[in-house]
Amino acid sequence: MHEKVQKKLKILADAAKYDVSCSSSGNSRSNSRGGIGNAVAAGICHSFTDDGRCISLFKILMTNHCIYDCAYCINRRTNDRARATFTVQEIVDLTINFYRRNYIEGLFLSSGVIKNPDYTMERLMLVAKKLRLEERFNGYIHMKAIPGASQELIQNAGYYVDRMSVNIEIPTEQQLEKLAPEKNYPSIIRPMNQISEGILAYKEERRKYRRVRKFTPAGQSTQLIVGASPESDRQILQLSSNFYHQQQLKRVYYSGYLPVNTYDQRLPAIQSPPLVRENRLYQSDWLMRFYEFSADEILTSDQPFLDLDVDPKLAYALRNLHLFPIDINRADYHMLLRVPGIGVQSAKMIVDARRFRRLTSYHLKKIGVVLKRAQYFITCNELAPRMTDWEPQRLKSHIVAASQMKRRKAGDTQLMLFHPTMNSPAIPKQLHSKN
Amino acid sequence: MAYLIYDGSFEGFLSVVFQCYQQKLSPTNICKESDFQEVLFAQKQTIPSNPKQAQRVWKALQKKLHRRNQELPLRAFLSEHPGIEMMLYRFIRRVFDTSFSIETDYGDSDVLQLKKLERKVLKETARLLQFVRFQETSDGIYFAPIEPEFDVLPFTLHHFKDRFADQQWLIYDLRRDYGFYYNLKTVDEVTLSEKAFSTIDGKVNTNLLEEKEVHYQKLWKNYFDSINIKERKNLKVQRQYMPQRYWKFLPEKSPRIKD
Repeated sequence: MHEKVQKKLKILADAAKYDVSCSSSGNSRSNSRGGIGNAVAAGICHSFTDDGRCISLFKILMTNHCIYDCAYCINRRTNDRARATFTVQEIVDLTINFYRRNYIEGLFLSSGVIKNPDYTMERLMLVAKKLRLEERFNGYIHMKAIPGASQELIQNAGYYVDRMSVNIEIPTEQQLEKLAPEKNYPSIIRPMNQISEGILAYKEERRKYRRVRKFTPAGQSTQLIVGASPESDRQILQLSSNFYHQQQLKRVYYSGYLPVNTYDQRLPAIQSPPLVRENRLYQSDWLMRFYEFSADEILTSDQPFLDLDVDPKLAYALRNLHLFPIDINRADYHMLLRVPGIGVQSAKMIVDARRFRRLTSYHLKKIGVVLKRAQYFITCNELAPRMTDWEPQRLKSHIVAASQMKRRKAGDTQLMLFHPTMNSPAIPKQLHSKN
Repeated sequence: MAYLIYDGSFEGFLSVVFQCYQQKLSPTNICKESDFQEVLFAQKQTIPSNPKQAQRVWKALQKKLHRRNQELPLRAFLSEHPGIEMMLYRFIRRVFDTSFSIETDYGDSDVLQLKKLERKVLKETARLLQFVRFQETSDGIYFAPIEPEFDVLPFTLHHFKDRFADQQWLIYDLRRDYGFYYNLKTVDEVTLSEKAFSTIDGKVNTNLLEEKEVHYQKLWKNYFDSINIKERKNLKVQRQYMPQRYWKFLPEKSPRIKD
C-alpha cells in the first residue's frame, strides 16, 4: 500500500515539475471553527529544491495520462513513460498530512487530460470540494482550469479554489497550431476570460452585499514556454502586458524551454535551457508590475529581443540617457524607480527620508542603493553626475566590465595550495590518472 | 562616563529609559548585567527592572509611533545587536522630544539601523513559519524543534494557533530551552525537564513516533527529490533562501531518511 503511493508520488511529482508557478500569495483567510489551515496574504515558501525553486504548494498531477500529443510536453501520449493516476482520496490524504506537518501551504493540482476535458475537470473539482467541505481545509488551493472544459465546471471549481490558471504555453496562435495541433487558441483564452469575468462579477457584487461567495480570490495566472517557438521577447512582453491589463492576471510565468522531447523535429535543438533569457524576461515582468514601466518602454519596435548582457532597466536607461541624471532630492517616485540600482524599497525610503534632510551619496549607500550602477544616472547633494557625456555603448561596456571584475575578484580570494592541473608528486601517476 | 546596568530583559531596558527621564541621567552606555565589564573611572548605576515604569514608557511610545512601527523597539531589541541599547535609547528620546514623527528619517543612522535590525528579526520570524516541521508522536501531539537566531518564537504563536487549531502541538526552542504547547484551547509556555528527543536536531525517539510519521517523512523526501529539475541545478540560491542551519530540522534534507 505504502509502496504504491510512494511510486505514484514519484511519477506524478516528476511529471508536475515543469509547472513553474508555486506561489501561495494573494489571499488572506483565517481558519474556520473546527477546520484546519489558513491562508497568508504574502504566501509562505516551505522549502527550496536543489534547483533553487521554492516549494510552497504540494504540486502534483492527478494523472500523467494524456489524450493530447503536444510537442513541448513531457507527458504527451506518444512518449514512453511510466504513467500513474492518483485517486481523489489519495490526494486529499497526502495534502492534509503534509499540511499538518507544516510541509506545505496547500495544494497545486493539475492534470493530464483523460477521456475528455470535462471528465478531467470534474475530477479535479472533486478534490477541491472534498478538501473544503469534508476536511474543512482552509489552506491554499491552486487549480489548473482544463482548456475545453464546460463553463459550469470551471465556475464551480472557482468557488472552492484560491487561484486558477490556464497555461497558454505557446505565445502565438500559429505556433500553437504547429506544436499542439489538437489544441486551439480559443479553448485556452475562453476559460481565461471566463475566470477574469467571474472575478470582476464577484467584486461588483461584493460592493453591494456583504456575504457573497468568493470566486478565485487570489486571481489567476498563466505560464509561457520561452525558446520552444521563435517568438521575440517583444511579442512575449506585449502578450503578458495585455494579460495584466485586460484580463487582470496576477502573474505570468516564463519557463525556459527544456529539451524534453529531443526527437521532435518541430522543436529547436538546444543543449541547455535559455536561463539568462528567462531571467531577463522575469526582470522585465517585474518592471511592468512594480516599476511602472510599460511593455513598449522595455523593448521598442526596432529592438525585438532583450539584451542578455545587461538587465532591461539598465538597457532602458542607456537608451534614454537624455532623461538622466536625475536629482535624488527632487525627482518624483516614478522617476526614482527608473534609475538602475534603485529598487522599490530604496525609492520609497528615499522619498520618506528626504523630507527630513538633503540626502548625500553616503545616505544612499546606507539605504541600500547600488551606487556602482546608480552613480552614472543621478545627482545628489555633493555627488556630481559622472561621465554622462559618454556614449551609451561606452558606458554600457564600462558597467559590464565593472560587474565582471567583481565576479572575478570573488573567485580569486583564496589562493589554491595546489594548482588543480598540477600532479601531486606524492601520488604515483598511474593511480592519479585512474581518478 | 555614566554606565547604566540592567538585567537584560526588554522590561529592564524600558525601566532604564524611565529612570533616565526621572533622574535626568545622560548615559554614555547601557549594558546588560551579564555583559558588563568593570571600567576604571566610570560611574556605574544598576537600574532594577520595574514592570510599572516599563509599562508607562511602552504606552507612551505606542501613542507616539505610527501603527506600522509600534513593535519596532521590541523587535529591534530582540536582535541583540551590540550597542542596540544606546541606539534605541537615542531613538526613543528623539521620538519623545520631537512634535512630529521622525520614524522615516532614514538619513539618521539610528533610525535606519533600527529599521534594518527590525527587518532582520522579522525575516527570522518568517523563517520560523517556513521551516518549522512537525513530527506526530504516538500520543497525538505534533512536535516541532527549532533554533531561531533571535528569540522570536512568541511572535509566531498567533499564526500556528489559527492554522493548526484542531491539533495539539508543541514548538520547542532548543537553544533557549523553552517552548509553547497548544492544548486545543490555549497556548502555554513550557520548559521540559525530561526530553524524549535529541537536543541537537530535535528528532523524537522512534518508538514514540506515530506509526505513519516515518512513512510521511519518506513521502515528503520522495516528493522533494522528484519535484527538482536536475538541468537547472542551483545550490547557491537554495542555500540563500534556506540557510543551512535549518537543514537538520527538515526531513527533506535529512540523510537518515531513505526511500
